[in-house]
Amino acid sequence: MFACADPATLEGLPWLLCYLTTGKHLSLYWAVGTVLLLLAITAPVAMAFGFGGAMAARSGMAPLRWFGKGYIAIVRGVPDIAFFLFFVIALDQGIEYLRHRVKCPDWDQPVRQGSDFLVCAAAKMPLGNAPQWVHETYGFALAVLTFAIVFGAFAANVLYGAMRAVPRAQVETAEAYGMSRRQTFWRVTVPQMWTYALPGLGNLWMILIKATPLLFLLGVEDIVYWARELGAAKTARFSDYPHPDWRMWYFLALLVFYLAFTRLSEIVLARLSVRLSHGQATAAGERLRRAGANAGPP
Amino acid sequence: MCWETLLDYGLRSLGIGERLLPRADFTFCQQVVLIGSGMIWNVYFGILALISGFLLATLVATGKASDNVFLRKPAEWFVFVFRGSPLFIQFFFGYFLFLSLKQVLPAAEPFSSAWLGALVVLFLNTAAYSAEIFYGGLQSVPKGDLDAASAYGLTGWRRFRRITWPTMLRLAWPAYTNEAIFLFHATTLVFFSGFPARSQKGDALYYASYFADKTFNPFVPYPILAGYFILLTLCIIGLMGFVNARLNRHLPQAATRRPRLLPQIIR
Repeated sequence: MFACADPATLEGLPWLLCYLTTGKHLSLYWAVGTVLLLLAITAPVAMAFGFGGAMAARSGMAPLRWFGKGYIAIVRGVPDIAFFLFFVIALDQGIEYLRHRVKCPDWDQPVRQGSDFLVCAAAKMPLGNAPQWVHETYGFALAVLTFAIVFGAFAANVLYGAMRAVPRAQVETAEAYGMSRRQTFWRVTVPQMWTYALPGLGNLWMILIKATPLLFLLGVEDIVYWARELGAAKTARFSDYPHPDWRMWYFLALLVFYLAFTRLSEIVLARLSVRLSHGQATAAGERLRRAGANAGPP
Repeated sequence: MCWETLLDYGLRSLGIGERLLPRADFTFCQQVVLIGSGMIWNVYFGILALISGFLLATLVATGKASDNVFLRKPAEWFVFVFRGSPLFIQFFFGYFLFLSLKQVLPAAEPFSSAWLGALVVLFLNTAAYSAEIFYGGLQSVPKGDLDAASAYGLTGWRRFRRITWPTMLRLAWPAYTNEAIFLFHATTLVFFSGFPARSQKGDALYYASYFADKTFNPFVPYPILAGYFILLTLCIIGLMGFVNARLNRHLPQAATRRPRLLPQIIR
């Protein structure tokens, strides 16, 4: 296509095309993949956490119920970014501490010494001599777990509300048929709660998308990292593509990317909501039924 | 002993008192005082953005509900842009935009520091979120109220001022309380998003992460921060509940909806 060998001789569009396909820009495009991967992994894990949290909050056992309600209340009452910063260090230290107890049982010094957190070399996570990709994967996994814990609490709140929104009569009918508590929950409450949960979960998905730039704060080289890196002013001495400070334009591009992404999600969620409302005894379901009846047989 | 620390660091976030932050032998008292000092900025950003955002939100909501295309479209786009993109990216974009602006226009200099620049971003952001809430309120103003107002001969501005607007506020208030809480939470992003904390004058999270980095122990500073924010959240719920009671004072008591601690809607 274009010869990018000597960018200094290029001008206009060819220059821009060459500029946008440098190695570092390819890293930026890969980072978009990182964001999507984070979303793809975090969403189901957070749902699992949320389901567990909601079940705990409904539990008949008081300590479990307190745990569930406390989990929801604390995560929701505190800025999420504080949780991100907290969990990344806390999880890391927790894992290293557990490994330390298992791998070096005869270590006699305290783990916390003043401002240091000391574990034996074999307990380091990842090991000091591990290759770079292990470090990156471990950092990413910690980030996913942190996101899942925080968004699990939000999801737990939504699911808890949805479980309570299932009409009381349905549950009573199930009980009248002699179903146990467990059977009622799995056969009546859970299948019916989704239509009530969808608006809240959709909202949560939007929030999750908008929280992905916080990956930057967790030390992952994500799109925010690369936008700052690439946008900063470059002089001819250090770069083949010298340019002034373009960070504003890079962040504008990110802004547009997120706008497009949330808009797309909105459209998909609206379609999904219509589909889930089919045959439901709700206002939306009734509207669909009427519209179908008015249209007549196909 | 802690009294001295309070004198030294109580207003540190504003640059008053001891210049150097503690560097070794961190006491619990130091952490509580400094993080509390940082809360001044969170409260500052939160309150000013909330008040100024409230005014713009009312305008945007009426614009969005208007029949005039030239009012409706800009309002819709404003809400879409600020609600559809992450606040974190908005902060970054705003900061670099103000930096570029400073090159052209030296008078724009204060915008590149947090106290004004971040405030502007927060103001626009909360205005968009609140506008969407108020728009929902406007849409659900009972038709009967408006008919009754017309029957009494109220039209135009007077009808808006005395019937539509108070009813909209009353209906939207529980959701708006929620928005206020999340706005205060969002203020913690300011010093992590490009805006520099000059001579280490930062907000609560800035100091909390400072301590976590220095002591390598997140189990003390972050719970302190959490405690402060839970207190702040309770204050907001109390204040907004007071306003809510006033907005609903003409209604039978059972019909009022109180703002709840953990509402379903989140931003």
